[in-house]
Amino acid sequence: MGGRVSGIEISHVTKAYGATPVLDGVTLSIADNEFVAFLGPSGCGKTTLLRLIAGLEEVDAGEIHINGRRVDQLAPGARGVAMVFQNYALYPHMTVADNLAFGLKNVGVGKAEIETRIAEAARILEIGDYLHRKPGELSGGQKQRVAIGRAIVKKPDLFLFDEPLSNLDAALRMRTRLELAQLRRRLKATMILVTHDQVEAMTLADRIVVMKDRKIQQVGTPMEIYTRPANVFVAGFVGSPPMNILKVELDTAGPVAMAKLAGGVFKTGVVSAGLPASSDWRIGLRPENVHIAGSGDGLAATVEFVERLGERTLVYTKLADGTAVTAEDAGTSKVKMGDPVGLRMDAEAAHLFDGEGVGYHAPEVEG
Amino acid sequence: MTASSLKSRGSWTNALFVAPYLFVYLCLLIYPLIAGMGLSLFKADLFGGGTFVGFENFARLFRDEVFLQSVANTFYFVALTVPPLTVLPLFLALLLNRTTRVAAFFRGVFFSSSVLSVTIVTLVWRMILMSEGGLASNITALFGAEAIAFLSDPKIVMISMAIITVWWCLGLPMMLYLSALQQVPKDIYEAAELDNASWWRTLWSITLPSVSRTIILVAIFECVLQFQLFGQPQLITQGGPNGASRPIVLFIFEIGFRRWDVGYAAAASQILFAIILIATLVQYFVTTRRSRSEALAQPKVRGNA
Repeated sequence: MGGRVSGIEISHVTKAYGATPVLDGVTLSIADNEFVAFLGPSGCGKTTLLRLIAGLEEVDAGEIHINGRRVDQLAPGARGVAMVFQNYALYPHMTVADNLAFGLKNVGVGKAEIETRIAEAARILEIGDYLHRKPGELSGGQKQRVAIGRAIVKKPDLFLFDEPLSNLDAALRMRTRLELAQLRRRLKATMILVTHDQVEAMTLADRIVVMKDRKIQQVGTPMEIYTRPANVFVAGFVGSPPMNILKVELDTAGPVAMAKLAGGVFKTGVVSAGLPASSDWRIGLRPENVHIAGSGDGLAATVEFVERLGERTLVYTKLADGTAVTAEDAGTSKVKMGDPVGLRMDAEAAHLFDGEGVGYHAPEVEG
Repeated sequence: MTASSLKSRGSWTNALFVAPYLFVYLCLLIYPLIAGMGLSLFKADLFGGGTFVGFENFARLFRDEVFLQSVANTFYFVALTVPPLTVLPLFLALLLNRTTRVAAFFRGVFFSSSVLSVTIVTLVWRMILMSEGGLASNITALFGAEAIAFLSDPKIVMISMAIITVWWCLGLPMMLYLSALQQVPKDIYEAAELDNASWWRTLWSITLPSVSRTIILVAIFECVLQFQLFGQPQLITQGGPNGASRPIVLFIFEIGFRRWDVGYAAAASQILFAIILIATLVQYFVTTRRSRSEALAQPKVRGNA
């Protein structure tokens, strides 16, 4: 092999449990020092992919390389990875210090070096006060820090986080998320985070890998995923509340596509030239691009439910044909359940999805 | 009704929930225990009455060579059986703690001996170990060797009893260990794999500490059980040859139900009770000493931190 190749290369990885396929030819490159989040609903294969990288499962086909070294046939301990488990997986009968030292002792790291590394991890994670306690005497947040500490002391090529925040309460989750982001900046290591929480993925990751049904749906930066979803699944999965998806008739005669809805014709920002011939078009609009107007203005709808979030109000409406559309209004909105309203759309911000679900977007604005 | 009267009524009515158990416990356990203690102070037979003799029965026991031999036999038997019954089932459980059909089959095989009654167990082993026509002697004969006197050599007979007992009693501790092993979270083993722990290191540092409570439980449980050895020698050797396989319970049985000297038998029972109690307590304190000393050290460390 030539020069050192940095980063993680996953090529054509396939995995099945008996007759049930879990991953289907997954290919992905992760750059050195990149923080990547695997995001997807339960059963999409994201945790399996993480476990395959860790070596806790064996690949059926395909290869995994870490920094140019093929690892998919190596034992987990020989891969140079450290993992933070969802349930922490701390050794319950060992003290915090012993938990941190265990992996280092197993590979023959000297006592002085072990102590230095533990002291360093304890300083970074502020766990110095309970190095002599056992996991049973720690709170969930403290256990989480110890679990991260156990990964840090090993100085691995790659950190793997398996839903590390899912067992924490809302307040602690937010704080730990911030700490994880700070830790990431400090450690400058390659990290993979598995999560089903899009906020975690959006806030922590450099790139997000959205997965569904054993396959990667899209790989991109958080803003790419949000603003240019590759398909209708990504559009619906990322963003809360989810994007409104409405059936439309498309007129592609002009330079940009015109969407025909019951309430009129809307000019989208999507260039007609690149669009395929399809009879089954859908338009996607995020709730922040659908506004409440007076009755008779725009698309006629009836308010089904109102969610007041303080700074903004989410208005769940239904069109005459029964299609649900979520709109956003000001925090001081006066709309009530049952009100007839008009929906005004920023059609320029709309996304179009063809019959296969593939997404088309307005050209990116330079600068 | 005031709150305090409600509270006081509540406290005694709550006791009704445990009353049926308490009644049976008092009648069948505590009463016989105390009655037995009382009886040990009398020279009495099965037909009632009896003369108060104080601690004479106990004094007699300590002069009785047959009794002293039975005490020695019992300790020897416990020493022969408890260590293998604590360690062997653990290794079996470690080998069979997997989801394969073969493991399930062997779990069944090793547990099957436990469901047999002592009568059947002794019958089977008699056919294996008897000097004339037994399976073991037939095998040694095949090699032209002399038959080993498993049941008639005073030096070997207790070892034979121990082998029979270990074979018979392996199943239950194995099941206890299996259930303990299955409660160890799988992700701890995965963390150990990522921590480069070898098979041996995982066993020593992860598995054994995780099942240490069960190891203590099995050791104490087997200790209590094996001090009460009775059926095997009673049915195979009747305590012979020359008293070499007579344990304390068989001695009590012979004195109480063959010689009708129930006061004397009751005194021997009290001594067996005391021996089991002391042995269990010693074992408990020795095996838990480490964890207790760690627990005591804990606040000190925390105070320094």
